[in-house]
Amino acid sequence: MKEKVVYQLKDKAIWVVFIFLVIAFTIANPRFLNANNLLTMLRQVSMYGIASIGMTFVILLGDIDLSTGSIITFVNILCAYLMVNMGMNMILAIIITLIVSTLIGVLNGFMVSTIGIPALIATFATQTAFQGLALILCGGLPINGFTEKFRIIGQGYVGIVPVPVIIMIVCFAVGAFILNKTYFGRYFYAVGGNVEAAKLSGIRVGRIKYLVFSLSGFFAGLAGLVMLSRTNSGMSNAGQGYEFDVITCVVLGGVSVTGGYGMISGVVAGTFVIGALKNGMVLMNINSYVQAIVMGVVLALAVGFDCIQKRKQTT
Amino acid sequence: MSEEYVLQLQHIRKEYPGVIALKDVTLELKKGEILALIGENGAGKSTLIKCCSGAVVPTSGKIVVGGTEFTSMTPQLAAENGIAIIYQEFNNVKELSAAENLFLGRPIRKGIVVDKKAMEKEAAKAFEQLRIKIDPKTLMKNLTVGYQQMIEIAKAIQQDAKILIMDEPSAPLTSAEVESMFRVVERLRKDGISIVYISHRLDEIYRLSDRIVVLRDGEYVKTLITKDSQVQELIQLMVGRELTETYPPRGSCIDKNEVVLELNNVSGNGDMNLKIHKGEIVGLGGLVGAGRTELAEMIFGAVPKQSGKMIFRGREVNPKSPREAIDLGIALVPEDRKRHGAMLGISIKNNINMPIYEKNSTLSVINSKKEMETAEKYQKSMAIKTPTLHQLVKNLSGGNQQKVILGRWLAADSELIIFDEPTRGIDVGAKYEIYKLMNDLVEKEGKAILMISSEMEELIGMSDRIVVLAEGEMTGELKKEEFKQETIMAYASVTRMEEDLTV
Repeated sequence: MKEKVVYQLKDKAIWVVFIFLVIAFTIANPRFLNANNLLTMLRQVSMYGIASIGMTFVILLGDIDLSTGSIITFVNILCAYLMVNMGMNMILAIIITLIVSTLIGVLNGFMVSTIGIPALIATFATQTAFQGLALILCGGLPINGFTEKFRIIGQGYVGIVPVPVIIMIVCFAVGAFILNKTYFGRYFYAVGGNVEAAKLSGIRVGRIKYLVFSLSGFFAGLAGLVMLSRTNSGMSNAGQGYEFDVITCVVLGGVSVTGGYGMISGVVAGTFVIGALKNGMVLMNINSYVQAIVMGVVLALAVGFDCIQKRKQTT
Repeated sequence: MSEEYVLQLQHIRKEYPGVIALKDVTLELKKGEILALIGENGAGKSTLIKCCSGAVVPTSGKIVVGGTEFTSMTPQLAAENGIAIIYQEFNNVKELSAAENLFLGRPIRKGIVVDKKAMEKEAAKAFEQLRIKIDPKTLMKNLTVGYQQMIEIAKAIQQDAKILIMDEPSAPLTSAEVESMFRVVERLRKDGISIVYISHRLDEIYRLSDRIVVLRDGEYVKTLITKDSQVQELIQLMVGRELTETYPPRGSCIDKNEVVLELNNVSGNGDMNLKIHKGEIVGLGGLVGAGRTELAEMIFGAVPKQSGKMIFRGREVNPKSPREAIDLGIALVPEDRKRHGAMLGISIKNNINMPIYEKNSTLSVINSKKEMETAEKYQKSMAIKTPTLHQLVKNLSGGNQQKVILGRWLAADSELIIFDEPTRGIDVGAKYEIYKLMNDLVEKEGKAILMISSEMEELIGMSDRIVVLAEGEMTGELKKEEFKQETIMAYASVTRMEEDLTV
């Protein structure tokens, strides 16, 4: 019982951090609390939020996916190339792009599950390879000139709510649904908590890994599409370093890096904290190099907190 | 008196919270003798030698080495006083050469660099002394287990050990390797080195030892002069306890006409033939490492079957994964509950439903009403004590965790349930409950049970039939009226001495 209480506290703690940040930034710069700025902030984090769903699944299994940023980049270039250079129909291009990003996830799954390469290395390899492939496809140059309609995904509004924020909310809902209502959601926790026991309970762990990496690829692809629409230009450095922010959102949200524990509600909070931090630091004119340091410290703190918690439980 | 002995353990007692591992054990080792230390699993042999090595600090008692008294050892003190222990797991680095391993942690140096040549020369000398043929330059990973063990022994001798404690040295070896190990050990004895030799294998003990110390349930039983003792007597001493625990009675419910599982010449190590009927509990006895768990995992599809036929409920089957076995109706309650059984960080409800989630889902979405009903049903029938089914399994007692796992397999509609050490680490009260549940399973539900157990009493108290394995082979099968601790022990430990066995 006691451990449950600790976890509940921890789940709430991230919201406390969020509120603290909001107050601190508001004091530093009252413009922070402006409705427009808050919506901007949400729009900014929407891509992290979307990609973090897949990452949450991967980390729940105790694995990691470093290819997220690279998938975002590749999707940017691929979709832009299909629409502009090949003149493909927008809907078709989007569908193909999402399929391809999912397939990149399948490739990760193949390397991790079937071959047995540690996820860290397998997805690192994918990251490098697809970054290169994106550069070859675009020749290092940006691809511009999309239709007006395409811009809705990243720049449109429904009422006052930006479309990417709606997509993010839908993704969070889907993620929570998968984790709480479907059998493979249950399996994620089982496999991440204790692979051996999961296997002996009849879970086909290999398949679950395929599924999780594919989903991670899919959500990264979706995030990539939102980004492409928002920037309105396919660029070969679009997703650089994105995996770092996404991983930070997830572990900040209380998903255990060793797997087996975590909830979407936590990830939502983690995403907001990252959004507030990034947005607030810009408003305070904090140098981007310093911002990088802050992000690094935040990641280390989040994981450190998780590890200390774990150690307390085992001793 | 004390000059005669190189090592004396006097009135050693070791208590752990709630358990007494050693009660007043005394052991005396003479110079140049081989002293065998025997006892069943859990008799306290390992704890005793750990007291000598310094890995365990005795609660009370004295350790006298060469006339000096100690209340406890440390690994360093043990080494300084010439005590060396050859464990079953070797302390070596696979990527280094035999010579480098021999001098691991204390290399011969020339200035700041390691002097490989000198080490190889010294190693060659050390191997020569034991008359073993190893090229000092060979990498450890290219040597067989037997040679690796020789290097461990050579290391001990090189470090001037006078007392060698060997923990089941023959367990990982092939019979040819065992022979050469014997020769080395006998040579060491001639050189005046004293050896404590721990083994389950009685034939080895008769072949090598001068005297035998028997432990049972953490207590010193008797010291025997090997050449004046009988196998019968020895077995009697090892197992000769009163059967104290009571087992819940079970009515006759075996359906001889319905064979649930049949193994025909199935081989993991040796050939196995086994039949389990509906409503029957078959006990699987043997010592640790006899291949019982491997057999269970094979039936459960967790490790592949080498050859032979497995017939389950009249159909030949060959499960390649636990999933396939579960779908057939086979379940495994593993020995290591925390590592292989329960998913500790997950709720009782989810643990019970885990194998049937897929069946209980429409378009991947779980039928949560049914999920709750299932969990409630088995919480009731298994009498799992918990305020809520959302409780995480790690917060339950061992007995309740075991019940959760049992509930899981009943929910999965298993026909054959394999129990690997069903009551290990479970307190006495809960044990009785688990036994009652097992009785209910065969009596009321008509399941078949294969029960692996290292506890003699449990095996005799619960089984309808006992099959004994030794070194991966079936060595005996006993009907209820033939159950006797001595007979089981004999089958379990003396595979190589069938000829002189008269039980």
